[in-house]
Amino acid sequence: MIIILVSLLFAALLGAILALVIGVAAKAFAVESDPRIETVTDMLPGANCGGCGYAGCADFAKAIVEGAVPPNDCPVASAEDAVRVADYLGITAEEKEKMIAVVKCSGGISDTVRSPYNGVEDCRSAVLVAGGSKGCDYGCIGFASCARACPFDAIEIRDGLAVVHPDLCVGCGKCVDVCPKDLIVLTPAAVDVHVYCNSPEKGAAKRKVCKTACIGCRKCVKAADSEDQMLIDGFLIATNYDNPPLPDLVEKAACPTTALRLATQHAAGESEGVSK
Amino acid sequence: MSNKPRKFKGGVHPNDSKALSASSPVQDAPLLDKYRVIVHQNIGAPPEVLVKKGDEVKKGSLLAKASGFVSAPLHAPTSGTVTAIDKCDGPTGIRVAAIEITADGEDEWGSPFEPIADWQNADAADLKQRVSDAGVVGMGGAGFPSHVKLSPPPAKPIDTLILNGAECEPYLTADHRLMLEQAEEVVAGAAIFARILGLKSAVIGVENNKPDAIEALKKVAAKTNVTVQGLAVNYPQGAEKQLIYALTGREVPIGGLPMDVGCVVQNVASAVAVNDAVVKGHPSIERITTVTGEPLVNPGNWRFRLGTPISKAIELAGGVKYQPAKLLLGGPMMGFAQNSLDVTVMKNTSGILLIPAEQVSQYTSDPCIRCGKCVSCCPMGILPATISQAVENERFDMAAQLNVLACIECGSCSYICPSHRPLNQHFKRAKSEIMAARKKEPKK
Amino acid sequence: MSEETTPAIQMPDATQLVISNSPHIRGGETISKIMVHVLVALAPAVAAALWFFGLAALQVMVLCTVGCVAVEEIWNKCAKRAPTWKDGSAALTGLLLAMNLSAGAPWWICILGALLAIGLGKQIFGGLGFNPFNPALVARVALLIGFPSLMTSWVVPQAGKFMACDVLTGATPLGASGEAVATINNLFMGNVGGCLGETSALALIIGGVYLLIKKLIKWQVPVAFIGTVAIISGVVHYFNPDMTPDSLYHILAGGLLIGAFFMATDMVTSPMTANGALIFGFGCGLITSVIRIWGGYPEGVSFSILFMNALTPLIDRSTIGKPFGYIRVKKESE
Repeated sequence: MIIILVSLLFAALLGAILALVIGVAAKAFAVESDPRIETVTDMLPGANCGGCGYAGCADFAKAIVEGAVPPNDCPVASAEDAVRVADYLGITAEEKEKMIAVVKCSGGISDTVRSPYNGVEDCRSAVLVAGGSKGCDYGCIGFASCARACPFDAIEIRDGLAVVHPDLCVGCGKCVDVCPKDLIVLTPAAVDVHVYCNSPEKGAAKRKVCKTACIGCRKCVKAADSEDQMLIDGFLIATNYDNPPLPDLVEKAACPTTALRLATQHAAGESEGVSK
Repeated sequence: MSNKPRKFKGGVHPNDSKALSASSPVQDAPLLDKYRVIVHQNIGAPPEVLVKKGDEVKKGSLLAKASGFVSAPLHAPTSGTVTAIDKCDGPTGIRVAAIEITADGEDEWGSPFEPIADWQNADAADLKQRVSDAGVVGMGGAGFPSHVKLSPPPAKPIDTLILNGAECEPYLTADHRLMLEQAEEVVAGAAIFARILGLKSAVIGVENNKPDAIEALKKVAAKTNVTVQGLAVNYPQGAEKQLIYALTGREVPIGGLPMDVGCVVQNVASAVAVNDAVVKGHPSIERITTVTGEPLVNPGNWRFRLGTPISKAIELAGGVKYQPAKLLLGGPMMGFAQNSLDVTVMKNTSGILLIPAEQVSQYTSDPCIRCGKCVSCCPMGILPATISQAVENERFDMAAQLNVLACIECGSCSYICPSHRPLNQHFKRAKSEIMAARKKEPKK
Repeated sequence: MSEETTPAIQMPDATQLVISNSPHIRGGETISKIMVHVLVALAPAVAAALWFFGLAALQVMVLCTVGCVAVEEIWNKCAKRAPTWKDGSAALTGLLLAMNLSAGAPWWICILGALLAIGLGKQIFGGLGFNPFNPALVARVALLIGFPSLMTSWVVPQAGKFMACDVLTGATPLGASGEAVATINNLFMGNVGGCLGETSALALIIGGVYLLIKKLIKWQVPVAFIGTVAIISGVVHYFNPDMTPDSLYHILAGGLLIGAFFMATDMVTSPMTANGALIFGFGCGLITSVIRIWGGYPEGVSFSILFMNALTPLIDRSTIGKPFGYIRVKKESE
């Protein structure tokens, strides 16, 4: 009986002493940190995606508190979140435009000329072999390097083509860095009309290797409400993101190769099958 | 340098498959109607195109001039008219600029320079300028402008000139036939190189599987200061670093060049091209290429003009008996797989190979079983198995620590791997990522 | 009636040409071929085990081999991976496991061994190529520690009596006392008690030589392993003959031969460099000798191999040396 009591007492005493030591150490060796940083970290989405350019949400919070960056630099946070953080810190938050990624290629396996490929099934590795197995040197290889890099699972590989789902994309930019063809661009989320082609080659040459390439026929340029809504670069047309066209342009222009698409329709798989 | 050559560590012994074309004498390819000459045929900057559509050219006239020191000019393969300057399928799979010449059938010479009659007493600088003007590049496959190799900085004195006649790649016999049939020109080319470098002698390294070529060269070289050295048959004997080690015992430092150990290495075909430029006054407009492979009806060796489409080459070889699995430019160990028959012959096209399905590599994503075969065959002494695992996990820092930058991409490890892992491709990826990361760093 | 038309020249179809990175030809070696060679090398030892232990041995071998393949495929199915039995590695592990068990091992020990070998020793790490430890040895050691008396009771060999079903237990050559209880001739031919793979030295040496000729194993491992055991046991026996039998006895008895030729040379778990293999063999020999002579267990081969397996990655990194053309530390003049 006595032994049990003695053991209990001893254990309790040991515990108390150690607790005291830890408590004192916590106070004596405490690192000075602004308590606001922790609160701001909690207010942030906590995805740790690195889209802000910092090493995780805690690092970003520290930068906000220090005043180095505005809170809406976080691409994942909604406008309300940014306003909450700004109010808490007593600063003003500007409106930042939401950006989403667009893979500027519409050439899936069924639309393009490809060679059989044997090797590492990764875009950054495949591009080192003859620029990828596609007939077009500028198009999407389709081995999912971007899909794997996306922390939000916003990219789907459909028929060997990477497709971004605009509703899931937050614009962190990780896919942009990974694509070896520099095919992915960040565009304003409000703009839905894009030209899904990246090749500057001559129209006829493009058509030989891809059914959905932009052949530079300029029907969309002419059908747009104003001259400069669609930019011309040789045989490649692109949306002018500073003065974008309205979504009805896709129907009005009747692009002969379906290179001109709405991002929402493209993601839903409703844009195929119009090419002659 | 006639002592016994050293054996470098590692290497593999693929079937040499040279019997298909080794005894076929070189045939001159017939004149074509059109030649599509690719503009960028050298390592370094592409030459600046001078001609425009509609221009009349003669055989050997200047099409594009060198655009800097590490660049080489381009000359017309025949007389005719420039009918297009456009993009065509290139040898690395990417479309490249090319000049199309429609031949007039006369094949009239119009070389921009004259033969140098007394080259044995000519100024070394003049000879080097001729090499540069003629557009001679490394014809073993690399395509490095030869005059750059012949211009080492004063801080790197050269004491050894080596001619590379190893031709260690299976299937290829172009250099073999060249050494056999044009031994005098090879030795004369060596002497010209030696004069440019201010050296009194040179050595030609040839693998022992070409005894007739060694004999032929030795006969001619007997009266000169050029020696011929037989080398062990071990791939990659013809790789610059391994060749230098075998002949001199010196190790070229990682990231360094042969000049760092006092050597200059030139291919035997480049030597003949230099001889043509100096003695005959001809620029570099043609080369010997081996067109071979089991699927072909009549494999052999042809002298093609630059700009000859592969389809024509295959036609000359009688076409195919059955569909090949792969079409390669270069050798099977380091060559480039093609998916277009419209690519044309360039200065560094040593071989056009058709590989049958039974022999072709089939890479898998099977795991590494750590058998160690790659380690024992690597001529650079690195750990291919561990590096490839690091690359699969995207750990390029680890790959750099494991010395992936020392890799010469000879392909020995991938050849021997029982799991058929794409090791060479992993290393290419690692090198590309490491170099890209290094480029970014200075900007930080 | 000869045809006058010249045969048309057939051109290759460019759309069917495969592109890949170089090299474009392959060496011809495959994993299954390697496994087949190892199985062939094991055949003499398997035959010897069947000769001396009969039906009981056959039962153990079949249960272990089939069990291992089954565990691997069930695991693959549950993990939604492609089947891997075709490469032969699970079957080989099963056979090696069987060679590490006594002929009297009950059926459930065989099944449990298969589960431990493939499940715990291999698949849990990611399958072939990812395991740090030799799977058959993981199972053997786990069983040894879990069922010590069952795993150390050996069957008396009954040469030629294939149909003998009654299992008589007896002692092994490497008893705890340190004295030589078997004759050299018996050890060599295999007429001794012990695991299925521990008996016929002759059969094992034939298999080992086959592996060396086919260049499937690095000679440095068995030479260093057996050599070290021979030297250490020889020296100890010279100074204290009662402590342990002589070198030849040590080499022929117990699991040293099967360990040195078949277990320590397992590609996945042993070093890839030549010098590394020497160090590996030496380490195994050292630990085996220490355990046999001074340690509590009569046999130390399994423990020593597992221990050195853990050191393999470190050995590889330390013994690769500098690559060709490595720039030594520059002097002040640079």
